[in-house]
Amino acid sequence: MKSLFKQTALAAMIGLSTPALASLAYVSNEKDNTLSIIDTDTHEVVETIDVGQRPRGILLSKDYTKLYICASDDDTVQVFDLATRKIVDTLPSGEDPEQFALHPNNKHLYIANEDDAIVTVVDVETKDVLAQIDVGIEPEGMAVSPDGKWAVNTSETTSMLHWINTETFEIEKNIVVGQRPRHVEFSKDSKIAWASAEIGGTVHIIDVDNLEQIHEMTFKVPGVNQDRVQPVGIELTSDGKYAFVALGPSNHVAVVDAKTYEVLDYLLVGARVWQLDLDKDEKHLYTTNGVSGDVSIIDINDMKVIKSIKVGRYPWGVVIDPTS
Amino acid sequence: MPLLSRMAFASLLSMSAAGSLHANTVDVQIGYLQWGPDQGPVLSNVIPEPEDAGLRGAELAIEDNSTTGKFLGHRYSLQAEVSDSEAAALAAFETLQQNGTNLFVVNVPASTLQAMANKAEDQTLIFNAGAKDDALRTGQCHVNLLHTTPSYAMLTDALGQWLNQRRWKEVFLITGPTGEDKAWADAFRRSAKRFGLDIVQDKPWTFDADLRRTAAKELPAFTQARDYDAVVVADVRGDFGEYVPFNTWLPRPVVGTQGMTPVTWHRVVESWGAAQLQNRFRELANRNMNSEDYAAWAAIRAIGTAVTALSSASTDTIRPYLFSDKFQLAAFKGRKLTFREWNGQLRQPIPLVHPRGLVARAPFEGFLHPNTDMDTLGFDRPESQCRIND
Repeated sequence: MKSLFKQTALAAMIGLSTPALASLAYVSNEKDNTLSIIDTDTHEVVETIDVGQRPRGILLSKDYTKLYICASDDDTVQVFDLATRKIVDTLPSGEDPEQFALHPNNKHLYIANEDDAIVTVVDVETKDVLAQIDVGIEPEGMAVSPDGKWAVNTSETTSMLHWINTETFEIEKNIVVGQRPRHVEFSKDSKIAWASAEIGGTVHIIDVDNLEQIHEMTFKVPGVNQDRVQPVGIELTSDGKYAFVALGPSNHVAVVDAKTYEVLDYLLVGARVWQLDLDKDEKHLYTTNGVSGDVSIIDINDMKVIKSIKVGRYPWGVVIDPTS
Repeated sequence: MPLLSRMAFASLLSMSAAGSLHANTVDVQIGYLQWGPDQGPVLSNVIPEPEDAGLRGAELAIEDNSTTGKFLGHRYSLQAEVSDSEAAALAAFETLQQNGTNLFVVNVPASTLQAMANKAEDQTLIFNAGAKDDALRTGQCHVNLLHTTPSYAMLTDALGQWLNQRRWKEVFLITGPTGEDKAWADAFRRSAKRFGLDIVQDKPWTFDADLRRTAAKELPAFTQARDYDAVVVADVRGDFGEYVPFNTWLPRPVVGTQGMTPVTWHRVVESWGAAQLQNRFRELANRNMNSEDYAAWAAIRAIGTAVTALSSASTDTIRPYLFSDKFQLAAFKGRKLTFREWNGQLRQPIPLVHPRGLVARAPFEGFLHPNTDMDTLGFDRPESQCRIND
């Protein structure tokens, strides 16, 4: 079933006579209303596509056929078909969608509506709004645990993690964290959640079984004013070895030992580094740098920045399709 | 299924016992007082200032606090009084204080604020969201008084740093006739000395003609000098200043209270999530958020941040928390904001704006400070006689 799907997608690609079959990275450019597509073999931008207004959060469907795009100022989620590279549909999203997360069932999309202080749950197949959940002010980060049990929302001005039961769509616990929580990332086994607090300058490690904080990380980038160390995006390697934390206007990415929570290194990237994604072999990490308008690529073996690629203005999110 | 949800409920109960979900209900009453003397007629009266500046910012902050509070069982209420005389403002303060309110946000002139601070009881905490007078930060301090509005010195230091880093060091200063104009100009003269600027001309504004007819004739002559890099205007109420840009003798930029201005807040600030605050405010007030709104908003958010952390509305615990290293205010300026422990002033970056765009944001790189570069703006500890926490 899945492979049949893939084949048709492949056929469509060939039909378009796009020679690149390398893995592709997608970058949303918040102030250009575009999507940059990067070939991860050649590290070049291969296409720039017009999308809705103020595109921010982006994510791939679990079958890697579609890219969902939060078009914040259009108050909609756009559905981008990867094979044809066209916007094929839109989803109801509530007002000002910023970030979202897809349940492992590939159906339930959890959308943070920043201006309305709610989380909207949409069925991407039927387009039904299944629930709207009241959360704190400026809901931003959204994550669903890989086992599908929890959806977590961060509210920036309320400074909480709201733990939503994905069966009842009700909040079961609120955890107060540092000021302006931005992003949540689960470990592969769903046991640990990592949450960044931008103004607090902290990363909070949550034990998911007990819903308790077990550790709080701080960062100290040599030569950078402490106020500028503002954690945002987090990415974990699937072998459980490393965590990467984007430190915003400090222009650095922290390399963290994911077991001891020790910072191993700080890597200089572009200006105001925001979101992160690993490529398909987890050999490279891509970072979006909002102010410098580029994407930095970090080689994970050497822990070195090897290239920066100019994209659109204010690149926000980055995701890499591991199958293409 | 039902078993699972019952178990979840049970664990929920045990969690609330631990105090993380709906602890004891906390009621937080905040008084907002506003009064301003009549500014008198001004020449540039084309775009009027909103009369509810400050009040709407306070209202938004109460909404923001309440959204957080509903998850914790904290209830916030605002008692707002916009008075038409100083006596009425003082009476409102005393009445509220007698009725048990001890958290106040006030948007009044410095003299009224002093009178309130003198009448404040030990438990009372006042946030100044209106008076920019430097004297309130250098000598006339009160243990019960904090400031969320920046001082004139913070604003002019932001401008002074900017002129320095642009290397536009020779300036022509025009000062209006009011006390506020003179206070702004005094602050600027201090900034000029700190940041190596040369005031090549320092002229008071004395004309009383209506410049809408004669600006093109009056101002070029008024701004004649051998040379200067920029014209600095000190016209706080906006009387003649709007007519200075493009009417100077030499083709030079105009900065200060008009032209490019250092401000607490402005519509064009949109980074660091500010776009969301601007949207929320416009939805509430049907106008753009200004500096007074921001100062009142920041004060009530500071209270809310403390109450969230402490689960208490007692000023006995709130005040020490605000000055502790645990306190940090996320206030859409790209940095965590804290209070200066010597005089209660909220540290904050200062945007430099023109009416339709952001030019820059102080402090600038290269202006160094041993503790925080935000203390390069305004009166640092050694320059102030205030020691409200010693």
